[in-house]
Amino acid sequence: MYIDSIKNGIVIDHIIAGKALQIYSMLNLEKLDCSVAILKNVPSKKMGRKDIIKIDSVLDIDLDVLGYFSPNITVDIIMDGKLVEKKHIALPEKITDILICKNPRCITTTEQDIHHIFKLTDAENGVYRCIYCDAKA
Amino acid sequence: MRHLIDILELSTDEITQLLDCADEIIAHPEQYREKCRYKKMATLFFEPSTRTRLSFEAAMMELGGSVLGFSEAASSSSAKGESVSDTVAVVSYYADIIAMRHPKEGAPLVASMKSGVPIINAGDGGHNHPTQTLTDLLTIRREKGRLDNLTVGLCGDLKFGRTVHSLIAAMSRYTGTSFVLISPEELKVPSYVKTDHIKNRGIPYEQTTDLESVMPKLDILYMTRVQRERFFNEEDYLRLKDSYILTPDKLKNAKSDLAILHPLPRVNEISTAVDDDPRACYFRQANYGKYVRMALILKLLEDSGKL
Repeated sequence: MYIDSIKNGIVIDHIIAGKALQIYSMLNLEKLDCSVAILKNVPSKKMGRKDIIKIDSVLDIDLDVLGYFSPNITVDIIMDGKLVEKKHIALPEKITDILICKNPRCITTTEQDIHHIFKLTDAENGVYRCIYCDAKA
Repeated sequence: MRHLIDILELSTDEITQLLDCADEIIAHPEQYREKCRYKKMATLFFEPSTRTRLSFEAAMMELGGSVLGFSEAASSSSAKGESVSDTVAVVSYYADIIAMRHPKEGAPLVASMKSGVPIINAGDGGHNHPTQTLTDLLTIRREKGRLDNLTVGLCGDLKFGRTVHSLIAAMSRYTGTSFVLISPEELKVPSYVKTDHIKNRGIPYEQTTDLESVMPKLDILYMTRVQRERFFNEEDYLRLKDSYILTPDKLKNAKSDLAILHPLPRVNEISTAVDDDPRACYFRQANYGKYVRMALILKLLEDSGKL
């Protein structure tokens, strides 16, 4: 399968196979006018299978959030057809307004206009907890 | 602005200072009677409580300060739909310090983000209750003379019991602590509490459903009530409420210097026949709670430049 290379844009690579659509939706990529390619189950030496997203435009992306959805993800910035930067994304320390706390006793279930914030409490196992009630994400 | 939302916000050194201050107040109460003159504490209790609220109010009064507030959500603006943030933003203009109890977990943290005065978490749902933990630590230190090298038994509702979670977190920082967790299967300590504060720190512990079999090894026995208000299902509450009832007979094999603590109120989990046993510390514990809250009020007002 062949997808044209991009001139100015972003390649989100090393996405865990099957997670690309989740990331597509979380980054609201459906709202873009430019070309966006989603490659699923691409063979990878390191990962076995992986997903890739190619965006034909340079956007300001919340990289921290990408790290939560798919650790070890990389983001390539392409300018004039050349790779100008490769970012390795680690697990973010904090995630804001992406996840909702599922604990019915949490204050976030009743308080309006509150930021839903989760913090990384166990980097080894990728565990995040609500900062308000300590419930697991 | 310094608040107290979670006991772990206090270092062990700060806890030592607070307990030392409480000891000082107990020894020389007359020296503290004017410390908070002209200062006001707001007690915002969105959930009914007798003991904790009165303890805070007595603490502020014994420091020479005054108290305002409400004792249930129905008599507050939250009944009209006001958010915690808005309530606190307003009250912080009327008081120098706020003690808050709320049924929702994390409400005091939300309050601290909007408040211009120190917030003390006086209990948020089944989550945290740091001033009860300070009370427990002062009781243990006064009764046992130390906070390290103790085998601490926690018995009853270890799942929803916020005092249990906070006490485990606090005691896990002292060397030589070991835990014995005694509860029905359905009310075991949540895994995150066990993982974060016991397993990850390599602290020895055992879990059991049988109180009598572990009684001889305990230095501290922390009894808790199965709380009706924490259950969504009345049937579950009725099935579990009488799981453990401490009687003089069950204390036959206990150490002679065991300290029996209970955050109170009790229902029937400690027989009144135990009250006269010198090892029963729970009423003294309630008294210590007032003194440690006095120490905390002083510290937070001093740290915020209000004293």
